Amino acid sequence: MNIPPPIGLLAELTHRCPLQCPYCSNPIELDRKSGELDTRTWKRVLSEAAALGILQVHLSGGEPTARADLAEIIAHCRLENIYTNLITSGVLLSEKGLRALYDAGLDHVQLSFQDVEVAKADRIGGYKGGHEKKLALAAEVVAIGLLLTVNAVIHRQNIGSTEAFVELAVKLGAKRIEIAHTQYYGWALANRKALMPTHQQALDAVQLLESLRRRYDGIIVIDAVVPDYYARFPKACVGGWGRRVINVSPSGKVLPCHAAETIPGLFFDNVKDKSLEAIWLHSPAFNAYRGTDWMPEPCQSCERKEIDWGGCRCQAMALTGRAENTDPACSLSAFNSQMRAIAGESAMTADSEFRYRRFDG
Amino acid sequence: MTAISDTDVPRIPRGVRLSQDRVRDRWVLLAPERILELDEIAQAILVLCDGVRDVHGISEELAKTYRAETAEIMTDVKEMLGDLAAKHFVVL
Repeated sequence: MNIPPPIGLLAELTHRCPLQCPYCSNPIELDRKSGELDTRTWKRVLSEAAALGILQVHLSGGEPTARADLAEIIAHCRLENIYTNLITSGVLLSEKGLRALYDAGLDHVQLSFQDVEVAKADRIGGYKGGHEKKLALAAEVVAIGLLLTVNAVIHRQNIGSTEAFVELAVKLGAKRIEIAHTQYYGWALANRKALMPTHQQALDAVQLLESLRRRYDGIIVIDAVVPDYYARFPKACVGGWGRRVINVSPSGKVLPCHAAETIPGLFFDNVKDKSLEAIWLHSPAFNAYRGTDWMPEPCQSCERKEIDWGGCRCQAMALTGRAENTDPACSLSAFNSQMRAIAGESAMTADSEFRYRRFDG
Repeated sequence: MTAISDTDVPRIPRGVRLSQDRVRDRWVLLAPERILELDEIAQAILVLCDGVRDVHGISEELAKTYRAETAEIMTDVKEMLGDLAAKHFVVL
């Protein structure tokens, strides 16, 4: 098989995070600080990534600014000519800290917001004072001259704020906003009943975003992540397994996507043992669902098989018990009606209590 | 699409980078969550977006290189920059 080089690297620098968002995509089993890769290893991995063809690195976590060596890591990316995107909650970063990242060559900041009002936002994030800190950081990011994206994960408990999120982003001077429906993996899957919107809410949000895009054309770019429990076709998860991106976990495990560890039977290589190139080309985990040969029906004969690549393996695993099944988010999947039923039932539950993301959660 | 005039002075802002992709032997524009593959013309235009030259100046320069009419080139330049400016990939 001809394996094209990857384009992006999701570098999960740490699982430590002061926020406790119940929709966090991190695994339930979080890596501890003692197991995190050291600075030298990350620099080697990033040099290997650049040589392999990676153009953009997403510095994520957990909260990446919890690492004291973040500026050094960014400077190394700059040296390797890699574009750096900082995905942050913003609550740990001082003005001085931000300046250090700017001086190191940081390209872009993606700042999360949980809601638009203090009390609601801080409840969802499980961190008192968080919202105010985020507002302050957003202002500093724009003042220093960095491009800002606002990231808003939406779910049943804040979907009514969709328009207000866009207004907030414009007011803060962001040039881009991501309105991302919760993706149900990791902690979000554990909190599905408290987070799932109704079908009507999901439809309304899609329509609203269309009109907001027209209203704010040329002012702010609005990107959306669709609510796949209500979709007709599945998302092309990570742009297709082993096609475009690599995920490195805090402890150095190399994953085709951030939830891949939920698939039993896959073995993940570690950057401590092998080069990134060797892993990308030869790791059985990357080759397990690469391309289209592995696909069963209805994917195998589907004209969309190189558009959505069968959807998401982890979602197929979670909802059908077999990772190689068609993503149940696809209307052609035998499990689609079951998925719709789960969505409907979850959305109708009165339970709005969260199981917060914690190390001992 | 942003309207572009002859005297606008385009530049690539911090957070967007014109970059050589050596592994794939091409030029790209790197932006938040976006990678734009550039053809030869697009790259030639963006290299001249230095925050000093105006749209007319850029078009003149390209007209010399490609031995074409400035007015004709300028139509293409404005169209491309208008598209990129609407996405904040270039600023005026």
